[in-house]
Amino acid sequence: MSRAIGDVILDVTGLQIAVRGSGQKPGPVLVHDVSFTLRRGQVLGLIGESGAGKSTIGLAVLGYTRAGCAITGGTLLFEGRDIRTMSATETRDLRGKYIAYIAQSAAASFNPAHTLMQQVCEIPLRDGRYTQAEVRARAIELFRELDLPDPAHFGDRYPHQVSGGQLQRAMAAMAMAARPDILVFDEPTTALDVTTQVEVLASFRKLIREHGTAAIYITHDLAVVAQIADEIMVLRHGRMVEHASATDILQNPRQDYTRRLVADRAEGHPIVSAPDNTPLLDVSHAVASYSGLVRVIDDVSLSISRGDTLAVVGESGSGKSTLARVIIGLLPRESGDIRFEGKSLPPRLKHRTRDQLRRIQMIYQSPDIALNPNQTLLEIIGRPVAFYFNRSRSEVRTRVLELLRMMDLPESFIDRKPAALSGGQKQRVGIARALAAEPDLIICDEVTSALDQLVGEEILRLLAKLQADLDVAYLFITHDLGTVKRIANKVAVMLKGKLVAGGDTSVVFSPPLHPYTELLLSSVPEMRADWLDEVLARQDT
Amino acid sequence: MRIFGHRPSWPAMIGLLIIAVFLIAAIAAPLLAPFPEADVVGDAWADADATYWMGLDNLGRDIFSRLLYGARMSIGLSLVITILSFTIGIITGFTAAIAKGWVDTLLSRLVDLILSMPTLIFAFVVLSVLGTDLPVLIVTLALLDSVKVFRLARALAMNIGALEYVEVAKVRGEGLWWIITREILPNAMAPLIAEFGLRFTFAFLFVAALSFLGLGVQPPAADWGSMVRDYRDVIALDLPAPLYPAGAIALLTIGVNFVVDWMLSIHARGFGERA
Repeated sequence: MSRAIGDVILDVTGLQIAVRGSGQKPGPVLVHDVSFTLRRGQVLGLIGESGAGKSTIGLAVLGYTRAGCAITGGTLLFEGRDIRTMSATETRDLRGKYIAYIAQSAAASFNPAHTLMQQVCEIPLRDGRYTQAEVRARAIELFRELDLPDPAHFGDRYPHQVSGGQLQRAMAAMAMAARPDILVFDEPTTALDVTTQVEVLASFRKLIREHGTAAIYITHDLAVVAQIADEIMVLRHGRMVEHASATDILQNPRQDYTRRLVADRAEGHPIVSAPDNTPLLDVSHAVASYSGLVRVIDDVSLSISRGDTLAVVGESGSGKSTLARVIIGLLPRESGDIRFEGKSLPPRLKHRTRDQLRRIQMIYQSPDIALNPNQTLLEIIGRPVAFYFNRSRSEVRTRVLELLRMMDLPESFIDRKPAALSGGQKQRVGIARALAAEPDLIICDEVTSALDQLVGEEILRLLAKLQADLDVAYLFITHDLGTVKRIANKVAVMLKGKLVAGGDTSVVFSPPLHPYTELLLSSVPEMRADWLDEVLARQDT
Repeated sequence: MRIFGHRPSWPAMIGLLIIAVFLIAAIAAPLLAPFPEADVVGDAWADADATYWMGLDNLGRDIFSRLLYGARMSIGLSLVITILSFTIGIITGFTAAIAKGWVDTLLSRLVDLILSMPTLIFAFVVLSVLGTDLPVLIVTLALLDSVKVFRLARALAMNIGALEYVEVAKVRGEGLWWIITREILPNAMAPLIAEFGLRFTFAFLFVAALSFLGLGVQPPAADWGSMVRDYRDVIALDLPAPLYPAGAIALLTIGVNFVVDWMLSIHARGFGERA
């Protein structure tokens, strides 16, 4: 890190943000007494789980709060001027020109009706400081710095014509176009694949270093922030837990919470169970396509034993989730065979018997849309019990209570609706619903990726414990290779609808590696400050 | 006061009050009305006084009593039409969205066909061929209205049907009826209720318009549309008679719209969020 760290450009002291109360009583406080300074050229990482107040702080730096919230205390000094006391015109001037924001979803931040160039040039052209030609030239220069393909013509494309990673970088170009003093990155790589994340991270870091721009980098992934930040502030429940240099946080975290964050990824002790090698599900040469045109599953064969865990990995669009839909019968296979305990399953869901349906269950990525918001947990978890086993009302209730206990959820939750639960609790309900059918195989589709690191870890432990107790097999779809190595005995690597590697996890993940497996493996961020440099060096050679 | 967990806005409060007053008038018309709706009680166009609150009409019937009975007929009729059209529209719309394929194509094209004809003309043709009995009127208007409900219900079910909890139900092996009534309908209630209010006012105005043209409710039964038609000539004589039923039509329409606007604003905000 041979960058010049300059004067203090942003000085935040005692920042407090609260939900606007109704009438006399104040609303709940979201951010308590947070203070930090940012110097020119410095990158501050804000880390914490969802609801920790990271984004709220990031937006406050722009003098903005979400609807219904307000900055209720402290000062935010940008070059000595308090952002809180600025007029509407001054904040408008501040945003974009001096402090720019890069959001998580670039796709939602670009207007699909305009070219990228128009949108990148909008802010610098707004106040007429630069001519059209100057701004264009600068945009092209930025595209080049961000390693975007064909920088001279990249800006002529529309948002839908570029990939997610490219769009995310285009957003960084948009933010940089007006030469701001501070960049606020809000989870800019969270929605990207691991392989894309590496490229985008590298471009961001290069950009910040070359321009000496100060930045606030918000993420829930400690390994990611370790690559880019000079200082890291750990937040929890709106309070600062720890604030130190990046190396200090990683090497000797002082607070218990930080230690747990660092430890979970670093240790990664295996939690696999021993399968008994009775074949359960056998997919052979399965082929499927959408409306007969695009072949999304191309000659895939794999098998799972009773009580075993098979992980299916690959980038988004590789066909992992589609494979699950083919197995379940939502997308009928066109050829090949799927056998369950030696008996062929009909391709279509409609033609399968109730018992065949019962024995394969599924757990979804986002518990928010996987649970009917209008049903209580009794109805959600109880329905499979009533449907498959034809039990009476009181028997169903007893069974649901039993399942709630298994999930470590309080029995009092039985009459609650999903909205009253946290993300992790909702995911437990999803698991309980799957288990209510007493299945032999559970397909877990990215079950931890919508959850915070520590919550996701608890879900993984729960799944492992249930496997040991109930001898259920898992087909684990994920893009997180760290998880795979720990929980799966077998792994299948997918690329563009085809299997490129498969077998025992220890074999697939040890040399000689398939080039794609190697790329995936090396892209998983590790909690070392120099990890990104190593990866980039390796990719160059 | 809270409805669906939301505090009504001021216009919505006024709207609810108007609806409540009219509903009471409609339900309790035989008790509240001083005279039967079809009885001649005095001279034609007698002025209002303490006995005849709004005066007498062209045949010497009490306008106030007819207005109350008219509320019964106009509101009751529109309500029956709207309920019927929603039942048809929701069932067919949800079925089309879930079943997809040829079922969806068939129903959707049929709906397009009906939508391509002007509603009033279509109603004219059917009513002149089949006569103007109340059941014919109800079924015709309900069918015409149900195509609009179909479009909304189909779109809602398409959106909700794409959510994973509906997929879970499908994968579990649940039948169409369960998916419609348990998974989709409860989550489509908010927009459907708002649409119900809106369609009710349209049905109400449509019945009034048909009656005004002589194709709706037939005499001697009172309803607001036909009352406006019967009294319209005396507006030239400076008599207020046609203003009472016309005002009632306008007032109820405005009242329902106030409530609907408020419901739509809740829906736009997303159900469950605070007002």
